[in-house]
Amino acid sequence: MRRKFQGQRPRIGRGKESILAWLILVLLSSLAFALEVPEGPEGRITDRTGTLSRNEIAALDQKLAAFERETTNQIAVLIIPSLEGDSLEDYSIRLAEKWKIGQKGKNNGVILLVVKNERKLRVEVGYGLEGALPDALSGSIIRNEIAPRFRTGQFYQGVDAGVTAIMAATKGEYKAPKKRQRGSDVPTWLVFLLIFLSFGVFSVLSSLGRRRHYHSGGAGGWITGGGFFGGGSSGGDSGGGFSGGGGDFGGGGASGDW
Amino acid sequence: MNKAVLFLIPLVIIGILVIGGFGVYNGLVTAQEEGKTAWAQVENQYQRRADLIPNLVETVKGYAQQERSVLEEVTRLRSQWGEARQSGDINKSLQAAQGLDSALGRLMVVVERYPELKSNQNFMKLQDQLEGTENRISVERRRYNQVVLNYNQKIRTFPGAFFAGPFGFERMPLFEAEAGAKKAPTVKF
Repeated sequence: MRRKFQGQRPRIGRGKESILAWLILVLLSSLAFALEVPEGPEGRITDRTGTLSRNEIAALDQKLAAFERETTNQIAVLIIPSLEGDSLEDYSIRLAEKWKIGQKGKNNGVILLVVKNERKLRVEVGYGLEGALPDALSGSIIRNEIAPRFRTGQFYQGVDAGVTAIMAATKGEYKAPKKRQRGSDVPTWLVFLLIFLSFGVFSVLSSLGRRRHYHSGGAGGWITGGGFFGGGSSGGDSGGGFSGGGGDFGGGGASGDW
Repeated sequence: MNKAVLFLIPLVIIGILVIGGFGVYNGLVTAQEEGKTAWAQVENQYQRRADLIPNLVETVKGYAQQERSVLEEVTRLRSQWGEARQSGDINKSLQAAQGLDSALGRLMVVVERYPELKSNQNFMKLQDQLEGTENRISVERRRYNQVVLNYNQKIRTFPGAFFAGPFGFERMPLFEAEAGAKKAPTVKF
């Protein structure tokens, strides 16, 4: 670009410019190869194409929320206009890694990704559901439930049939635990008891130390060492916002087109 | 300041260096273990694919007997990969796996000529499984590359490089992002 001026520019300036140009080139090429994944889900259904009506999104959302309450399995749908040259599988796994659909530890999330212009779709299955929803089953859901409806332009019906089939397949693999434990496994009262005890021990020891020049008096303080408070959070509760619960994916699922 | 203190200072410095050294060494060990774990994941997925091959070969045979040479090659390379894996040599195993990649790719191209086979339910399922496995392999490869890149960097830069030589931390091989490795064109239809 701007070849005319190259010869007239002082050397240092040209060097800087070429570095800048190179940086821009690198930046642009990285953009071209890896399409940006949406930062987070807008809800259980994220439609970037305006294909589904508000009512349809609400209906699907309700269905999936009820399903999550029942089984803790998380299902999310993303509809985008285009991959802009990116590979479907690459995009999908990056999406899965970013959104982290599914509960942490259970990895029981499923993402249905629909790319409208390229007429491609993919079911991305979390580690924990690979047994209940093997690739062959994902493939047949795409071929038999979703693709035929998409072909006739029935997007809502296709997505609905798809998530219904996914729900049917994944039901039962994970029973909802009777009590939903939040946070760390160590009960809070135990943590406080330990802290109180260690303070007690510490003060006793230090008072002993004062009286009789007890040398290792400070040692009691070590017991309080932090780290008990695990920041375990299980996202994706019904009502309000929806977010992934920390589920991991390993590339399971199937791709298809219509 | 008496002599004892002056004597203690170098001792303390040496102590700090030794403790820091432990940290660096442990960091290298951890990075190496991560690499090995990631590699085990890659091999698991390769194993999964290898387990699918006999069934695939049988199914294809039923429709396309005349493609014996491709089928035999796939079978041969599969057992070759098995042997390479047994040897525990990452480089060897990696090479054998890539050989199998391309042989499978050729088989899937051949399959295109048999519409009856392509519409066979059993074959479709196999194809889904194979595609899924290829995708898992590429995911695990990418994760392996990320981890190993970090490890290789650690052993080649200071202070890790200091320990890498004497303690025998060797570079781990990376998957190259060649056409066959990046995506799985082998099973694209």
